[in-house]
Amino acid sequence: MSSFLFRAMDARAGVFLALMAAVIILVPACNLFVPESSPFHVPTYAVTLMGKYLTYALLALAVDLVWGYCGILSLGHAAFFALGGYAMGMYLMRQIGTRGVYGDPILPDFMVFLNWQELPWYWYGFDMFWFAALMVLLVPGVLAFVFGWFAFRSRVTGVYLSIITQALTYALLLAFFRNDMGFGGNNGLTDFKDVLGFDIQADTTRAGLFAASGIALVICFLICRSITRSKLGKVLVAVRDAESRTRFLGYRVEHYKLFVWTLSAMMAGIAGALYVPQVGIINPGEFAPANSIEVVIWVAVGGRGTLVGAVLGAVLVNFAKTWFTAALPDIWLFALGGLFVFVTLFLPKGIVGTVSQGWTALRQRKISSDFSEGSGDPPSQPPQSPGAQANVEKPASAISRAGAAHPQPAE
Amino acid sequence: MTRTTSLLYLDGVSVSFDGFKALNELSLMIAPGEMRAIIGPNGAGKTTMMDVITGKTRPDTGEVFFNGTIDLTGEDEASIAELGVGRKFQKPTVFESHTVWDNLELALKAPRGPFNTLFHVITGGEKNRIEELLDLIRLNEKRAELAANLSHGQKQWLEIGMLLAQDPKLLLVDEPAAGMTDAETAETADLLKDIAKDHSVVVVEHDMDFVRSLGVKVTVLHEGSVLAEGSLDHVSADERVVEVYLGR
Repeated sequence: MSSFLFRAMDARAGVFLALMAAVIILVPACNLFVPESSPFHVPTYAVTLMGKYLTYALLALAVDLVWGYCGILSLGHAAFFALGGYAMGMYLMRQIGTRGVYGDPILPDFMVFLNWQELPWYWYGFDMFWFAALMVLLVPGVLAFVFGWFAFRSRVTGVYLSIITQALTYALLLAFFRNDMGFGGNNGLTDFKDVLGFDIQADTTRAGLFAASGIALVICFLICRSITRSKLGKVLVAVRDAESRTRFLGYRVEHYKLFVWTLSAMMAGIAGALYVPQVGIINPGEFAPANSIEVVIWVAVGGRGTLVGAVLGAVLVNFAKTWFTAALPDIWLFALGGLFVFVTLFLPKGIVGTVSQGWTALRQRKISSDFSEGSGDPPSQPPQSPGAQANVEKPASAISRAGAAHPQPAE
Repeated sequence: MTRTTSLLYLDGVSVSFDGFKALNELSLMIAPGEMRAIIGPNGAGKTTMMDVITGKTRPDTGEVFFNGTIDLTGEDEASIAELGVGRKFQKPTVFESHTVWDNLELALKAPRGPFNTLFHVITGGEKNRIEELLDLIRLNEKRAELAANLSHGQKQWLEIGMLLAQDPKLLLVDEPAAGMTDAETAETADLLKDIAKDHSVVVVEHDMDFVRSLGVKVTVLHEGSVLAEGSLDHVSADERVVEVYLGR
């Protein structure tokens, strides 16, 4: 078990964790303890905005785990995100109590408005935080398990799987739009008052939610990292590159896929649960198929199969989105589309993948030149990280053979 | 030899794809410890036969038994591999974004469940075994190299090494000498003969010199069924075999 946790650590993880620790401490501190007149003051709206980015980063991390390492291109992860969000939203609705517009102690406003007499059975228990927290994990987890059980056992792969994940999120979108579902229909759940007894609008609560999002991101990052660096992680990469070969080695590919798929859905659920109290609303729009596709773009921009890249991509693209939608709102969708085309054509490994490839090539060149000047050791192959890269990293000398490096299906 | 004493037993196996009979009433028996070469022109059904044995393709009719008693037609690829049938593909198929070492580690005989591998810590015994295999397949220098960077012949050898790491009872080897130089081909034949000392091996090959150097019983397939069986000299004296190979 300890070796399992130790595996998560190396230089890259260390840099990431140090950065995250600084962000988690400094941003709330600069909001709460630095006077507003100071240039170092971080306004509350910015804390909430960055907290939102962190939950997006967690969602991107979940997508990277299944797409970057196991080759499952999910175009429906926003569904798990939204389900986690709804579970949290239901808890927040029950906390409103008599402070709602209609003042009903049990029923949320929209149920009173629909003339419902009593709480539907599936709302029971959501007045308790522990129950809601459990549902944040279980609802996306169980849905992913059932969906994955059938999809992976029937060997639905590639673009077909992507299409049915889109269908899944679209079906949920339509279902949640219905008033009869009992989740607030079109308007969703909103008008939250407090969370765990703290006023949801207060600066300290906002800072706390920000820190919680950061901590959740760090914990999930460590879990993902332990998994991808274990032997199981190597099997996942093997499945991604040559699925049927992996079967002929005796690995039950569907079990592996089901494991990461379910885990990833639960992480997406956590992200959604942290997102909702920060933005103050959850509605069926979160299920929109376009949202899931956008997540894939974040991961592609950052670099799939790198984990850190997914986080970076999510933060950068969303920062750009915030800026664009304020400054040049008409252009944002064109910019996003253009970005995706650019990344696909010129940075197929994403930002992190390209940087680490360049770093490896540079180091190799330095070793070679040291050697030719008569100092240093003879050049050798750079140490290869075991299966951690989504794309084969090659020393400069081998790039001419790149054509052979693409993952090949077994026959 | 009967079904119960055989290691692999195929009886009356037929497979058709869209009306094309890839296998037609094929019957074949491999004894424990035997090495067998299977030859035949293109489309004779050699690869389909391997697909049937390893669970990739279900036969339309016929029986496939492993170890005398285990019905392979009801099992999937993973459980057949666990039972002890290893397969090397015609086109070398290794995990390109893994190192040579990791390729062997993944193939190594060990519990295959997700939770077994999640908490797996490599043992000294496993390391020794990988070292042994690296020596055997002559890739010791390349252990940290990504499999994508190996030459074609080295990939073939790595795949044979992975097959050995699985420690199967029966090895199915599809065209191990394809794309190799003459020297590599001779080395591969020696390696296979070495392996055959303590495993049963079925080799599918086109290269007659290679089959001759193995010096084992040969089965000739044609249009999905067995045309002739016996020593290479015996089958190459058979008129029907000559006709099939030289064309009409």
